[in-house]
Amino acid sequence: MKKVFERPASLRAVPTHYCSGCGHSIVHRLVCEVIDELGIREDVIAVCPVGCAVIAYEYWDFDCSEAPHGRTPCVATGIKRVHPDKVVFSYQGDGDLAAIGTAEIIHTANRGENITVFFINNGVYGMTNGQMAPTTLIGQKTSTSIHGRDITRDGYPMKMSELLSQLPGAKYIERVSVDNPANVLKTRAAIKKALKCQMEGKGFSLVEILSPCPTYWGLSPKDACRRIEDEMSKAFPLGVIKDA
Amino acid sequence: MAKILMCGNEVIGEAAVHAGCTFYAGYPITPQNELTHYMSFRMQEAGGTFIQAESELAAINLVLGASAAGARAMTSSSSPGISLKQEGISYMAACQLPAVIVNMMRGGPGLGNIAPSQADYFQATRGGGHGDYRTMVLAPSTVEEAWNLTQLAFDLADEYRNPVMILGDGILGQMMEPVEVVRRHLNGRNAVSSHKPWALTGCKGRKPNVVRSLFLGEGELEELNRIMQMKYNKIKSKEPRFESLYTEDSDLVVVAYGTTSRIVRSAISKARHEHLHVGMFRPVTLWPFPEAQLQKLARKSKAFLVVEMSAGQMLDDVKLSILGQRPIHFHGRAGGGVPTEEAIIEAIKDILKPKSRKRVYA
Ligand SMILES: Cc1ncc(C[n+]2csc(CCOP(=O)(O)OP(=O)(O)O)c2C)c(N)n1
Ligand code: SF4
Ligand SMILES: [Mg+2]
Repeated sequence: MKKVFERPASLRAVPTHYCSGCGHSIVHRLVCEVIDELGIREDVIAVCPVGCAVIAYEYWDFDCSEAPHGRTPCVATGIKRVHPDKVVFSYQGDGDLAAIGTAEIIHTANRGENITVFFINNGVYGMTNGQMAPTTLIGQKTSTSIHGRDITRDGYPMKMSELLSQLPGAKYIERVSVDNPANVLKTRAAIKKALKCQMEGKGFSLVEILSPCPTYWGLSPKDACRRIEDEMSKAFPLGVIKDA
Repeated sequence: MAKILMCGNEVIGEAAVHAGCTFYAGYPITPQNELTHYMSFRMQEAGGTFIQAESELAAINLVLGASAAGARAMTSSSSPGISLKQEGISYMAACQLPAVIVNMMRGGPGLGNIAPSQADYFQATRGGGHGDYRTMVLAPSTVEEAWNLTQLAFDLADEYRNPVMILGDGILGQMMEPVEVVRRHLNGRNAVSSHKPWALTGCKGRKPNVVRSLFLGEGELEELNRIMQMKYNKIKSKEPRFESLYTEDSDLVVVAYGTTSRIVRSAISKARHEHLHVGMFRPVTLWPFPEAQLQKLARKSKAFLVVEMSAGQMLDDVKLSILGQRPIHFHGRAGGGVPTEEAIIEAIKDILKPKSRKRVYA
């Protein structure tokens, strides 16, 4: 009999700590599937963020480093410059990449570092109890915007992918989502394309993934996926943003 | 080997190359810029990596990554920039990652000024960032000593898997002195040493390595701290370094380090011409502080005088070593002031001949 679905070899057979319906676990799996498909498990070095994915190294069966909050791309750059023949990626939340680590991600992209970034945009700070993130939608209620994000007080949702795409050092940037099976497959393809961009030595690649956080959106997993389609992807349009 | 003239900052750069450093990241700040300038071309020549980072936060974390990958890595800055690096230094201590961090201190607090200072002693020797950790601190007093101590710093960092700091000041960094320098060419890629089984190199033929400082399991973080403290105790017993001058027959011992010790040295030679029994104790490692070695001097000497370019920071370590057995005096200049030879001689005389020096007011 032909096996049509199995756990990727790069993903350890352990239960995760993620809430049910959390996008992190879907993306973890996709990253591992692609690593297996490319046959690079022994060549990969990942940098895990401070955020809900901080212990991704418990799930990923390859070399991993932690990084201080937001400094994730710096740690990835340091590793990649020492081992240019390895495949190095950072995995970052929106607090990590778009708030505390804004300077680091911009300059990493601007130097055209040949690394890959998986950017999990869930519009909140999951790990610290659902505060407002730079990517929180206008009007969205969070634990630090209980009446909804107010542009006069809190500013606008930040489109990091569009911002980064202005930099010549950035070679491939795509925004995807994991709200339905078709989009999950597109995410998988984007992850593969980004890693191949690095393996071909083209330069900085980033995949932004709109990802549900049912817990701090106050929604069921199913409604959280619906919210991505109905609201989030209106503010953060899906598709290839740059492919140079 | 012929000696050449080089400034302290440049010598530290060349010594790093000589020690096999293949990765440098820095951000401009006076008075350490010569080191960043030097590394910008020298790393390239030597087959290593130079990155002019967007901030000191980025620089220290670039170094964290390079170190996790197994390379000998260095960053440098001066006081305000070193404050920014503290987060990364704490993470590296916790992840047990080696690195060399250079602080050419300037006057503070705040933006302060660019005059020489020793006011970051507390920050350097007490940990600086959050958590129970220490960095070894080496304090060269001459350009030649900077050449030797920089190489030692890389060895110590690797041996103990802990960040090591070179603590100097604007005078040491910018002063030129003759030094014997051996220029080496390194192939950067070879320098990732095989004796770092913990390094991230891709998990071919072994279980995956993880570099981490987060330990949430019951008792796990306490265990990491226990291991770190064991390491620190070993460093305290094995690594204190110091120089002593005329301490065998001295009634008064002046304690000073780095640039200040040079001024003290010439003050003492003048004072001895005047038959004053005064000597000098110069800590070379500020952490571990040569506590036992200094304490021994309390048996023979009647008093101590601490001289610093600060409001009195190493003074605390001297007090902790002498433990009240002898009086401890202090002469210091804060905010970029440099103690003069005359003022030090005056202070020595005040202590050794207090009566004969009664001031007469007209
Ligand atoms: C310097 C520092 N500041 C703050 C924190 C606390 N903190 C941990 S995770 C986090 C936000 C994470 O949000 P995000 O990056 O969006 O990741 P998510 O949990 O949503 O996946 C914050 C503020 C920290 N660990 N370090
Ligand atoms: S809080 Fe949100 S992001 Fe964090 S694990 Fe739960 S669902 Fe996922
Ligand atoms: Mg988030």
